[in-house]
Amino acid sequence: MRKHFDRDRLIAVLFITPSIFAIFVFVYGFIGWTGWASLLKWNNIAMIPKGSLFPQVDFAGLENYVRLFTVDQRFQTDLRNTVVFTIAFITGCLTLGLLLAILLDQKIKGEGIFRSIYLFPMAVSFIVTGVVWRWVLNPGNQTSGPVGVNLLFDKMGLPFLQSAWYTNPKVWFIQPESGVGQALSSIGLDFFTTAKFGIPLAILSVVLAATWQMSGYTMAMYLAGLRGIPEELREAARMDGASEIEIYRKIVLPLMRPITLSAVIILGHISLKIFDLVSAMTGPGPAFATDVPAYYMFDTVFRGNHFARGAAIAIILLISVAVLVIPYLINSIRTEVQR
Amino acid sequence: MKEALRFKVHPSRILIYAILVAAVVFYLLPIYILLVTSLKSYAQVNLATMWSLPKGLHLDSFLKAWYGDPAKGMSGLSHNFMNSVKLAIPATIISSMLGSLNGYVLSKWRFRGANIIFPGLLFGMFIPYQSILIPLVQTMQAWGVATRPWLASVAAWQLPIYLDWVKWLITTYTPAYGTIGGLVLIHVIYGIPITTLIFRNYYAEIPDELIEAGKIDGAGFGGIYRRILFPISMPAFVVVIIWQFQSIWNEFLFAIVITNKAEVQPITVALNNLAGSFIVEWNVQMAGALMAALPTLIVFIVLGRYFMRGLLAGSLKG
Repeated sequence: MRKHFDRDRLIAVLFITPSIFAIFVFVYGFIGWTGWASLLKWNNIAMIPKGSLFPQVDFAGLENYVRLFTVDQRFQTDLRNTVVFTIAFITGCLTLGLLLAILLDQKIKGEGIFRSIYLFPMAVSFIVTGVVWRWVLNPGNQTSGPVGVNLLFDKMGLPFLQSAWYTNPKVWFIQPESGVGQALSSIGLDFFTTAKFGIPLAILSVVLAATWQMSGYTMAMYLAGLRGIPEELREAARMDGASEIEIYRKIVLPLMRPITLSAVIILGHISLKIFDLVSAMTGPGPAFATDVPAYYMFDTVFRGNHFARGAAIAIILLISVAVLVIPYLINSIRTEVQR
Repeated sequence: MKEALRFKVHPSRILIYAILVAAVVFYLLPIYILLVTSLKSYAQVNLATMWSLPKGLHLDSFLKAWYGDPAKGMSGLSHNFMNSVKLAIPATIISSMLGSLNGYVLSKWRFRGANIIFPGLLFGMFIPYQSILIPLVQTMQAWGVATRPWLASVAAWQLPIYLDWVKWLITTYTPAYGTIGGLVLIHVIYGIPITTLIFRNYYAEIPDELIEAGKIDGAGFGGIYRRILFPISMPAFVVVIIWQFQSIWNEFLFAIVITNKAEVQPITVALNNLAGSFIVEWNVQMAGALMAALPTLIVFIVLGRYFMRGLLAGSLKG
């Protein structure tokens, strides 16, 4: 009996071994390989000898990384864009998602239909989203006149809402002459008053499209959470004379905190990795206003053959995602073990 | 008294519905423009009237997006649509089976080290794929070189005409750079974390007593899976199949770096090229976008409930 049992355990391990091996090679091995490539002076496809997998080039040490952070203007613009994108995207999805979930939780007629309409963009590819929003937000030009939503605003008598959308080269930042700018420079923080710490307006159009696609997901997560709150809890609060708004503020919203955390992790890692949408909607944009590291990496490796630089960008991306995700992974596995 | 109150519409209810409907407008706006633009004839495509409804139904945009326009050197999406089908269906089936077996082992045959292995697998679904892209392309290219003699010998096979599909099968699905098989392999491998997670969580809810009972009856590893677990796995399979199908169908990054030729490119890559080309009119782009979106949208409409479950499983909450 026991012997039979041991044999089956061995079979079980044999069945999972190929998967473990594949992940070990294709995830961890390849990450190591990319890390190694990021330390090389490798900027030419021809540096790989025929019949070999690896380039024959000198070590560069951390030179590629240093270059990105010191002289590479495009990369620094990308970092700014990623921060702006991430903050705006997460804020947009959380606000819209929570609002819609709370409203849908008010015993709405046709809730299923509303829910499906809010959620369907999730099923669509980022490429489709990009192609369609590029058309919707097409600002038009001198000869065509207003197009897309600009045309809509024009017809509705709201021309002041018109915008150059993703073609807008403008960057909002704290002007050095302004009161805040002077205050910052007086305490030695005048680098904040440059476009490097500004908000590129063009990327907000990409954020709009991304929020369109992902906010339904946040809504679904919150709605599932709201449905998990026992009705007795609200009933008890009502008995104590709490108003509906108080119930939400004091009971419901605090219970939503773990969901908000999950949503921030998921949306955050999507936004750090965003590539498809930028690719289909705008590309790098005016003065790299919609460029992101994931796009730069693709561009520099597969169009420019700057393998080492691309590898360094990829490793930086990976580290930023890992910092976000690993504590969350450890935590969810720990709570699962306790359960 | 209470009955009377229920019939009075509270102003706040009107506000709630107004906001919900405004949100509907926001979510449906791109779909509206997608539909009206793609259903117009060329003559009607005028920027000044882009928001108005088409006069009559015109399918020329769809025909052009599907078949292309050889006069202008524009190739249609029909071929790429079929490539996506050839890619997404086998990749989905293989990765669901693999995920099911992995989930079974990790939930019912816990072995030493599983506590490290499982999170190690999970991390794979969060990584930015840029961080494995350079080695991946090189490996697939090396594979392409290594499999070339084999494919050449396959091409030389003398097969009766009714067995010709065997050659097609081998050349299409031999994994390498620039083949659909290469993309299938990649999607299966990088799909391991999410499929394993969903099945593991599903099987974890199934009482161990059931497994023990199977063992007492003399069933082994395979018997327990075939006779006990697999027959009750359908709900998890539906969730995983929907999830994998939609993510593989919609995927772009692997597709664009692994498939270099138009004949093997999936529809997302072809649509991106179509939209990036200045000779292609907006109505044709919109028709193409609708074609690319349709399969996953249909799955969403028909199986929406399961789709939602898959989404929530993706947030690690089972």
